[in-house]
Amino acid sequence: MMLELAADQGVSIAGHSLDDSPLAIRGLTVSYGQKPAVFSVDMTVQPGAMTAIIGPNGAGKSTLLKAALGIVSPLSGQVTVYGKPLEQQRARIAYVPQRASVDWDFPTRVIDVVLMGLSRQLGLLGRIRARHMSRAMDCLNRVGMRDFADRQIGQLSGGQQQRVFLARALAQEADLYLLDEPFAGVDAATEKAIIAVLKSLKEAGKTVVVVHHDLATVTDYFDHVFLINTRKVAEGTVAEAFTAESLQSAYGGRLATAQIDQISRALG
Amino acid sequence: MLWDALSLQLGYNATLVAIGATLLGVSAGVTGTFLFLRKRALVSDAISHATLPGVCLAFMVLVAFGGDGRNLIGLLAGSAISAWIGLLCMNWLTRRTRLAEDAAIGAVLSVFFGFGIVLLTVIQTMGVGRQAGLEGFLLGSTAGMLWADALIIAIGGAATLVLVMIIRRPMTMVAFDPEYAAARGLPVHRIDLAMMGLVMAVTVVGLKIVGLILIVALLIIPPVTARFWTDRSDRVVLLAGVAGGLAGYLGAALSASAPNLPTGPIIVLVSFGFFALSLLFAPVRGVLAAVLQHLKFQRRVHIRQGLLALAQGQKIYEPLTLRLLRRAGLARADGVATEAGKARAAKALRDEKRWEIVRADQAHEATAALYDGLRDIETVLTCDQIADIDRLIGGPQEVQP
Repeated sequence: MMLELAADQGVSIAGHSLDDSPLAIRGLTVSYGQKPAVFSVDMTVQPGAMTAIIGPNGAGKSTLLKAALGIVSPLSGQVTVYGKPLEQQRARIAYVPQRASVDWDFPTRVIDVVLMGLSRQLGLLGRIRARHMSRAMDCLNRVGMRDFADRQIGQLSGGQQQRVFLARALAQEADLYLLDEPFAGVDAATEKAIIAVLKSLKEAGKTVVVVHHDLATVTDYFDHVFLINTRKVAEGTVAEAFTAESLQSAYGGRLATAQIDQISRALG
Repeated sequence: MLWDALSLQLGYNATLVAIGATLLGVSAGVTGTFLFLRKRALVSDAISHATLPGVCLAFMVLVAFGGDGRNLIGLLAGSAISAWIGLLCMNWLTRRTRLAEDAAIGAVLSVFFGFGIVLLTVIQTMGVGRQAGLEGFLLGSTAGMLWADALIIAIGGAATLVLVMIIRRPMTMVAFDPEYAAARGLPVHRIDLAMMGLVMAVTVVGLKIVGLILIVALLIIPPVTARFWTDRSDRVVLLAGVAGGLAGYLGAALSASAPNLPTGPIIVLVSFGFFALSLLFAPVRGVLAAVLQHLKFQRRVHIRQGLLALAQGQKIYEPLTLRLLRRAGLARADGVATEAGKARAAKALRDEKRWEIVRADQAHEATAALYDGLRDIETVLTCDQIADIDRLIGGPQEVQP
């Protein structure tokens, strides 16, 4: 409670003032019908960190992300991005939605999807010029999909589709990257490619937030975690927040005790 | 007679109709593409049926104020207003209630159309005498088309086209991935409304030629036709415009070439003709292409399996495999490989090993995705790459001719 009060007044927590946080969420509640999917959640994303949002199925992980992006409208709460309202900061955010959210038979090529990431630069009527093309190709190259540029998106495997989505986000050259389950149902090669790109973003000082479902890889991939089960359960560095107690409290009976033991052993 | 019609030599009215129908076809095809890509094609049906009460009320108002009840601008304005109300109703039902879009479409379509028919009946009993022609808006009537009418259609169609071109990128983005579009800050809801507004404009403009019942065909059939020929959305838009324009032109000419042929329905039938041709004969996505592709694929599978069996000295049991191998001169009737067969079989076995290496190597991912167990490896890799792989396999090298 004290901490929340302090947060409301913009006092610095953990070395970073709220004002410059890449993504700060206060008192966010989102509801589909009468049952809140996310209830009164506060979240402060650390700049330059890789944060995993974890929690059981239906815990509101994706909803939290969508509300932070204004895709679903919350019942209450505020979202600021780098200290300013979301609407003023759209250009600094890149979003990678779940693969299942689009129709992959849509008549479009891989390169066209990546060029959508440049829509701000292109404007309504701007021609696609060589520099736009080369930037899009660079982004495809970074996810190892350069050779696929001319293929119809439906011809790709699930993992390849996910990498195209990531390339589209890269094309935006944003500062904050929000990814919704990028590792769900992808092959090992894709997982490796994606995590390499995310780590390079982090090294370039960008901030990365990932909705993640695989508890086994949290300690390898991320430095911060945010545990949620409709309400916030824990938030902090992996060492602080990714503990047996917080996992027990987030997942309840859904997580086998053996699994929790394993994780806490891995954490030392 | 048909040639005269096609070269616009059947007189003033026929020429006006042909030009109007062509423009309408182009703008309906182009606008309809975005509706089709957004998977909301049937919304146009509700919009078009919702124009009827507006047409009737506009007529009543015009007559009540002593004007000409058949003033096209007045009637079209009325139809646009009621179509817009119908559109807003549908939007409200979908967004604010638990009704799904199909239910909302059904509700709006039937209620508005029913109300329009009631008004139409009332008008017919009014005995003003000038009501003749209002039923023409149901299926279109081009008989008494005036220069001014054609001008309205031309201007309306052209304006719609320009607007579509301006907002085509946001509309495509919203159609492909609405969540991403929203995350980029695009006003998804307003873009959808704009798209519907454009569809409404096309509908209103097309009332005179094809009528409100059949306009949906001109909005939907051209994009569906175009989709058979390309995998790129910008080309779907272009081809749909061409298909729509051609259908409008040919349909108008056909109907002018013989007495008593209705223009709107003929345009729709011509449009359907293009669709049927595409459905059957389009490369890759057409029905015929799919059947041929399947047969060809089956043959390749059998030959490949047969070759691998020969290479490993196994007996071939399947008659089709044996027949195909014999026909290709790779095996004799008793299932023993010919010289050519032996060479091909050895090559097939070696290709399998090469593919194995390619598929295990992340650097070859794009190539590996092409693996189907059938493809000759030299069609996807260069000689040098194959030589590299062969070094990994080791063993005897293939003799270079």
